[in-house]
Amino acid sequence: MIVYLVRRVGQSLLAVMAMAVLVFLGVFFIGNPVDVLVSPEASQAQIAATVERLGLDRPLYEQFGIFVWNALQGDLGTSFVYGRPALEIILDRLPATMELALVALALSVGIGIPLGVWAGLRPDSIAGRTIMGGSILGFSLPNFWQGMLLILVFAVLLGWLPAGGRGETTEFLGMQVSFLTWDGLSHLILPAINLALFKMSLIIRLARANTREVCMQDYVKFARAKGLSPRRVVLVHVLKNIMIPVVTIIGLELGSMVAFAIVTETVFAWPGMGKLLIDSINLLDRPVIVAYLMLTVLIIVGINLLVDVIYSLLDPRIRLSEMKG
Amino acid sequence: MTEIATPAPVRIDSPAKRIAKQFVEDPIAVIGLILFVLIALIAIAAPWIAPQNPYDLMQLSIMDGGLPPGETSFATGQTFWLGTDQQGRDMLSGIMYGLRISLMVAVVSLTLAITIGTIVGVAAAYFGGRFDSIVMRIVDLQLSFPAILIALILLALLGRGVDKVILALVIVQWAYYARTVRSSAMVETRKDYIDAARCLGLSNRRIMFRHLLPNCVPPLIVVATVQIAQAIALEATLSFLGVGVPITEPSLGLLIANGYDYLLSGRYWVSVFPGIALVVTIIAINVVGDRLRDVLNPRLQT
Amino acid sequence: MSALLDVCDLQTHFFTRDGVAKAVDKVSFSLEKGQILGLVGESGSGKSVTGFSILGLVDPPGRVAGGQVIFDGTDLIAGGEPVMRSLRGKRIAMIFQDPMMTLNPVLRIDTQMVETVRAHENVSKAEALRRCREALVQVGISSPDERLKSYPHQFSGGMRQRVAIAIALLHKPDLIIADEPTTALDVTIQAQILSEVQKLCAQSGTALIWITHDLAVVSGLADRLAVMYAGRIIEDGPTAAIIANPRHPYTRGLIDSVPQGKRHGAMLTQIKGMTPSLLNLPQGCKFAPRCPRADAACQVEPALTPAGPDRQVRCHHPHADHEATP
Repeated sequence: MIVYLVRRVGQSLLAVMAMAVLVFLGVFFIGNPVDVLVSPEASQAQIAATVERLGLDRPLYEQFGIFVWNALQGDLGTSFVYGRPALEIILDRLPATMELALVALALSVGIGIPLGVWAGLRPDSIAGRTIMGGSILGFSLPNFWQGMLLILVFAVLLGWLPAGGRGETTEFLGMQVSFLTWDGLSHLILPAINLALFKMSLIIRLARANTREVCMQDYVKFARAKGLSPRRVVLVHVLKNIMIPVVTIIGLELGSMVAFAIVTETVFAWPGMGKLLIDSINLLDRPVIVAYLMLTVLIIVGINLLVDVIYSLLDPRIRLSEMKG
Repeated sequence: MTEIATPAPVRIDSPAKRIAKQFVEDPIAVIGLILFVLIALIAIAAPWIAPQNPYDLMQLSIMDGGLPPGETSFATGQTFWLGTDQQGRDMLSGIMYGLRISLMVAVVSLTLAITIGTIVGVAAAYFGGRFDSIVMRIVDLQLSFPAILIALILLALLGRGVDKVILALVIVQWAYYARTVRSSAMVETRKDYIDAARCLGLSNRRIMFRHLLPNCVPPLIVVATVQIAQAIALEATLSFLGVGVPITEPSLGLLIANGYDYLLSGRYWVSVFPGIALVVTIIAINVVGDRLRDVLNPRLQT
Repeated sequence: MSALLDVCDLQTHFFTRDGVAKAVDKVSFSLEKGQILGLVGESGSGKSVTGFSILGLVDPPGRVAGGQVIFDGTDLIAGGEPVMRSLRGKRIAMIFQDPMMTLNPVLRIDTQMVETVRAHENVSKAEALRRCREALVQVGISSPDERLKSYPHQFSGGMRQRVAIAIALLHKPDLIIADEPTTALDVTIQAQILSEVQKLCAQSGTALIWITHDLAVVSGLADRLAVMYAGRIIEDGPTAAIIANPRHPYTRGLIDSVPQGKRHGAMLTQIKGMTPSLLNLPQGCKFAPRCPRADAACQVEPALTPAGPDRQVRCHHPHADHEATP
């Protein structure tokens, strides 16, 4: 297990390193780093200071060393627009994005798994077919378009919920969160649903396919032959088996949710990292873009690592083979 | 005179014919296919069938700005069946031109991505060893990050433009094809006839493309239909976010984004109609793709 | 004395796209307490479906379409799911063919055993565990405590089948339905399991339905045999009588295709052709196309008729006693 963990952590670090090299090359090699990293309005003295600080007059590998060294110390440059460290600005926005992503994940899992299992147990029923049809729509329609429809229906036509913004926030565990006040919650509902729909469709399809597969297995029949209640057969024997692939997907999707939040945050003007990224791209605030990229890579790789560990805890067979291997 | 009785020839349908036969058994798939062909024809013929050229400023009148569907033009008297946008542009024409750009971007990027992915995938499977493991490491690394994130970052660094969107889509997509082609080619390389072909002294290139490649086509088609819908959606999303195509060549996604501000004030048509066009296109392709997957996947046929 | 199990005109049909497959077609047999019945047939003859039908475990598109299954005075088919479930695992237990597939791979053995105890009896976990240990010892598994904490993949096939048998024995059932439980095992393990099951049934007075395609296995075990072909019983009676004097040409074919020590060097005879598809059965006697004795009379399906003491056969031209193989 420890060997496995060490190897997995090593692979993750390698992935982060590879992305760091790509980002570095993207910024320092393709473009002129002075243009990229120094504000267009900067004075000659400021430019000279930056060149000095980043070692832009030195060889490429030394520049990379400085880039990595600075990054490790949390220095990913200074925003042109806000005049503050880019990482700091992003970390300010992180809680909003994480709140949105986690609520959306909870929604997609909490609704997606039961619906998928239901559709898998009764694939030919009307409910089963409706669930599948709905999931195909949720799966194939672009995210931003679903978000716009939600706004059109619930904010413009019905007027039940606000169309954008984050609403009132309160402090919770040292972070500003929305879900504790009614105003904040009402602002959270539509974006969370929007972000959840796509993943929910994925989870429904996956849960349904796996439920069908597991239900055909002898051990499910044997569980019934032992006289277990249908409840126990589904909730223990079927569910535990489908959880292995589903947890994998959920974990991988949490990472992509942080990325997909870019779209949802833009549609609903949700003040998270994703909205910040789009604003920064439009304002050419490149240090923020670089910082966003590095942080997101770190989050995604970290989540993938976590998923693998959970996965190995869930499936005793993998635990064994990995320990041997 | 004796006639020699010839046995009636046994008709064996070619694979393409069999697939076509099975495909049409599902009426929904047929509707999807018809819709898609129709959409493709509209996109190709847009300059000739659109009521106006929405990007010829001479044809636009600011007087016609923001008209709801069904109103007539103050300037020319023509009817705007789907309304107009702020500049008095006929939405129907805008959608036709937008479809053209959306589909063009998707098809071009698909073609390039398939070509690159196939060559890399077949070569990886055929040569194996170091080359294979390096290529597949890159593919795995790339696929572990969401496509939209990669495309967004590329465009943030490259700037807007049709060519840049296409480049981003190719970079995002080639990995899917490389993986698909490699895994089906791997199955084939282990079979004896490839060894036999090597013994015959056939060139590597000939073995790869005449023997390996044909076996990779069915899974490739399935992945391609899924991916082209994804490409259209991704391009629309990027353009919606303002990092995709430039405003001079608006795709459906950009049209939707342009109308987005008016959505809240009740002028739904500027945004909703291009959206419907986009959604119908994507659904039609998905329906066709689903059916193709069922027909082409021999594992599901019993 | 009334029978423990009385199956009467049981019909199980599979409603497929290509038509209705009558997997079990008016099957009747009965079983006394403590008796062992061998249900014999090729794959596709409906023997396994018969076993599943008794417990109401037929998966869609299959459905029990008619008949009665009377267990200890209760009609299980009429009683439906609630009645069946109260009996499953409690008074009627089942052992499956492939021990690699019958235990849930992601649950520990103790979970899978304890849940069986507690599905029928409201006992403490400690008490349930005690019973599980007892059952494991009974089937010859040493160090049960350690075994209980393992996952199925840590066991060999034979061990897993022993666990499955232990689970079946947990409630000391009146009837065990064993669906080819030794087919997937090594020959040496087969013999061990076979003799153990026999011993356990004799000790506890449990009746047993042993479903198999292997006459050699079941002939040393069963009191009675019922031979199935294409969803029907074509011959039944006491084991010794059937083995000595098979009446139905199909039964005779099955017996002749088993190698026997005393006929060393003799050619094995085989049954020509293949089992017919249930969707496309011949008119009349279902075995006629493969039968050396078939003639015009076989265009009409024969009924199951008495053929000696306590025996029945479904054939127009049954073999007489001690008749030589043609």
